[in-house]
Amino acid sequence: MIQAPKTTDSREDFEPFIQIKDNYNFWYGSTQVLFDLNLDIPEKQVTAFIGPSGCGKSTLLRSINRMNDLIEGIQHTGDITIGDQSIYDPSLEVISLRKRIGMVFQKYNPFPKSIYENIVFSLRIAGRNKKSELDEVVERSLRGAALWDEVKDRLHESALSMSGGQMQRLCIARAIANNPEVILMDEPCSALDPIATGKVEELIHELKKDYTIVIVTHNMQQAARVSDRTAFFYLGKLIEYDVTDNIFMKPKNDQTEAYVSGRFG
Amino acid sequence: MPKSQHSFTSIRPKGEALVWFTGMGLSVGILLIIGLLGIILKNGLSMFWPDTIYEVQLVEGSTAGPRNGQNFAGAIALERHKRLQEATNAGLTSEFQFFAGNKDAYGQMYHYVDADQIVTDATGEPLFTPASGILQLERIEFGDALGFPLEIQLADGTTITEPEALKAALFKTIEESNERLETYTKIEKKQIGRINSKMESIRLEQRALREELGEAAAETSPQIQELNEQQAALQAQYTELAAEARELRERRHQDSLLLRLATGEERRISFENITQAHFPNEMSLPGKVGFFLKQIWRFMSEAPREANTEGGIFPAIFGTFVMTLLMSLAVMPFGVVAAIYLREYATQGVIVRAVRISVNNLAGVPSIVYGVFGLGFFVYVLGGSIDELFFSHKLPTATFGTGGVLWASLTLALMTVPVVIVATEEALSAVPRGMREAALACGASKWQAIQRIVLPASAPGILTGLILAMARGAGEVAPLMLVGVVKLAPSLPLDGEFPFVHLDRKFMHLGFHIYDLAFQSPDSDAAKPMVFATTLLLIVLVIVLNLSAITIRNHLRKKYKGDTF
Ligand SMILES: Nc1ncnc2c1ncn2[C@@H]1O[C@H](COP(=O)(O)OP(=O)(O)O)[C@@H](O)[C@H]1O
Ligand SMILES: [Mg+2]
Repeated sequence: MIQAPKTTDSREDFEPFIQIKDNYNFWYGSTQVLFDLNLDIPEKQVTAFIGPSGCGKSTLLRSINRMNDLIEGIQHTGDITIGDQSIYDPSLEVISLRKRIGMVFQKYNPFPKSIYENIVFSLRIAGRNKKSELDEVVERSLRGAALWDEVKDRLHESALSMSGGQMQRLCIARAIANNPEVILMDEPCSALDPIATGKVEELIHELKKDYTIVIVTHNMQQAARVSDRTAFFYLGKLIEYDVTDNIFMKPKNDQTEAYVSGRFG
Repeated sequence: MPKSQHSFTSIRPKGEALVWFTGMGLSVGILLIIGLLGIILKNGLSMFWPDTIYEVQLVEGSTAGPRNGQNFAGAIALERHKRLQEATNAGLTSEFQFFAGNKDAYGQMYHYVDADQIVTDATGEPLFTPASGILQLERIEFGDALGFPLEIQLADGTTITEPEALKAALFKTIEESNERLETYTKIEKKQIGRINSKMESIRLEQRALREELGEAAAETSPQIQELNEQQAALQAQYTELAAEARELRERRHQDSLLLRLATGEERRISFENITQAHFPNEMSLPGKVGFFLKQIWRFMSEAPREANTEGGIFPAIFGTFVMTLLMSLAVMPFGVVAAIYLREYATQGVIVRAVRISVNNLAGVPSIVYGVFGLGFFVYVLGGSIDELFFSHKLPTATFGTGGVLWASLTLALMTVPVVIVATEEALSAVPRGMREAALACGASKWQAIQRIVLPASAPGILTGLILAMARGAGEVAPLMLVGVVKLAPSLPLDGEFPFVHLDRKFMHLGFHIYDLAFQSPDSDAAKPMVFATTLLLIVLVIVLNLSAITIRNHLRKKYKGDTF
């Protein structure tokens, strides 16, 4: 197993990069799913969201890049900032916000295009079409996603001809193509077999050198293995948030302890 | 336990019966389709097969057949039982329909003869002996001729009567004559046509100048003078070409073939009237197959003659094809754009639901209604305005203000647009949500996500809609009769004459051609095989169009689905 050099500092002594603040509440229509959240996420570390199904982990994650905007009838109070800029700032375009944030989904979803075109998609939509630049980005991203050696000879084949694990790593490569500051991952390994999962976890460990990573996971061991800090949610509330080792070794809250020891969830 | 067992056994047979019933439903459907295709195939293809020509001997005192009771030669077109009007002895007897050709001599090509009017052999069956050495001529006028060749007379005065030499000369002369036809048609249609259109534009120019300068001033104006000179030069060219064409025509007219009909009389037929000759009773099987294929090809590649009952149907095939293509070009973008707005941008609510229901119901509106709309809107309103704005110099002759291939295509596009909208909406909603989210998460705007990801991924589904629309459009007849289809179009909607695509032209259409042959033909017996052959071709055309669209769709499907895991 991977032995990550874990951060051991306690809650207050880091510069927050992403801040969920001012008692963040969130509603789908009239149903409230997030309650009074306040949470500081450090730069260039892995932060894991854990908790039982339906507790709002994905909702919070998708709030960070405003993917929830696609859904009709959502409401929120409170604020989220990334590097001191509010994501709800009216002068900030959602599109430029999303360009700063890469996202990896639960079910790998490569575009029905070639491997190459998948990666350069975010550049092409920004009107960047210079071949040399695109080639460079493809190589950098694929190397970053530890996929380069496997696919460098078939960059122009359909992405859909890859294995599931490769497709998910391609999605990661696609997410980092634009050099984002943050990568959001929503249960990135839940559709993968153990070997592919291992590769992705290894990759996450590499990626945190350059990116701030927020990962939702269902798998306690995974959270323990890959994350520096862990937030435990229950029924839309943040129950406990601390350095990962503390959450798993000496949780302060009884619910957290019950959950991480597998007694419910 | 016994109770449940009881119910088990009592339910089972019931279920089996229903399975059997569903199977029967399917079989009936398949049988119907096979029957339909079989009948059309058999009747359609038999038109091209060289039938054996028999000598028919009539009994003493019979008045049946051509020329009231003379023995004749013909192919058996039909044999059927006949119920006698007077309930005399047997009640039932057979009746034959013969194809005896020679419409110019006999008045009609098909003759009904009762079986008991024909001399029988020892067993009591009607006696038919193949007419040896009989020649079948395909002619431009009066349909086929059947008879025994006696002599060929050429324009230079030679006559050929010796049988073998005559046979050779026959085929050679037909070939030469066809070449001459080709040459002078080219002269008349292309070269003279070009001169005519130049002269016409000069005439219009002159008219415009006269109007501009006034009648008196125009006479002395140098521009008019020059135009007059040009016109004179063209006129001279015209005279020269016309003389050349006339000479070729004359030559074709003078070569002739003398034929003795089976009824005894002799007829002289000019080669200008003959398109093809064969000796049906002397052909080998491969020869017959070759002839059969050649006839099919001629049917598909030649223009119709004799009020459409002879010749080929190429203009109708081409017209159907061009119209369907134009329709697809119009309906695709229109339908897809409408569906994108409905599905992706419109706020889903009462209004959108009402629009969607209306679109679905439009698919059920009878096609003739679209025809009437097309006539009232496209032809009269749009076409009329276009004429006034751009073709006012040609008025009162309508250019776009009358039916034409453009208006017909647009009418059918309107008729089939609901099919495309419904299919596109379905295809759009079938694109996985993850795909859109991935695009948006990459920083794409909504339109970019639709244009670059959603639309390509739903292309196979959209094409399915187009296939359905094409199948419906290609076979439609009723609305076309109002907006531009004609029995005989003088020229194709697409040809080598500038500007190549003539959207204002009237066109021929296979569906309408079938209708015309079946109901408007002066000779229904002669038209019958044509009806089947044309129907066969319409089916083939629709199948070809669909197959090509399906091939494209499957190709796209493979491209966009791939094999996961
Ligand atoms: N689009 C939506 N509309 C309404 N309710 C939703 C929607 N998505 C999620 N929810 C509800 O919000 C709650 C939190 O969901 P989610 O954030 O997906 O939980 P998790 O990812 O922790 O399993 C659940 O009760 C879920 O039913
Ligand atoms: Mg979730």
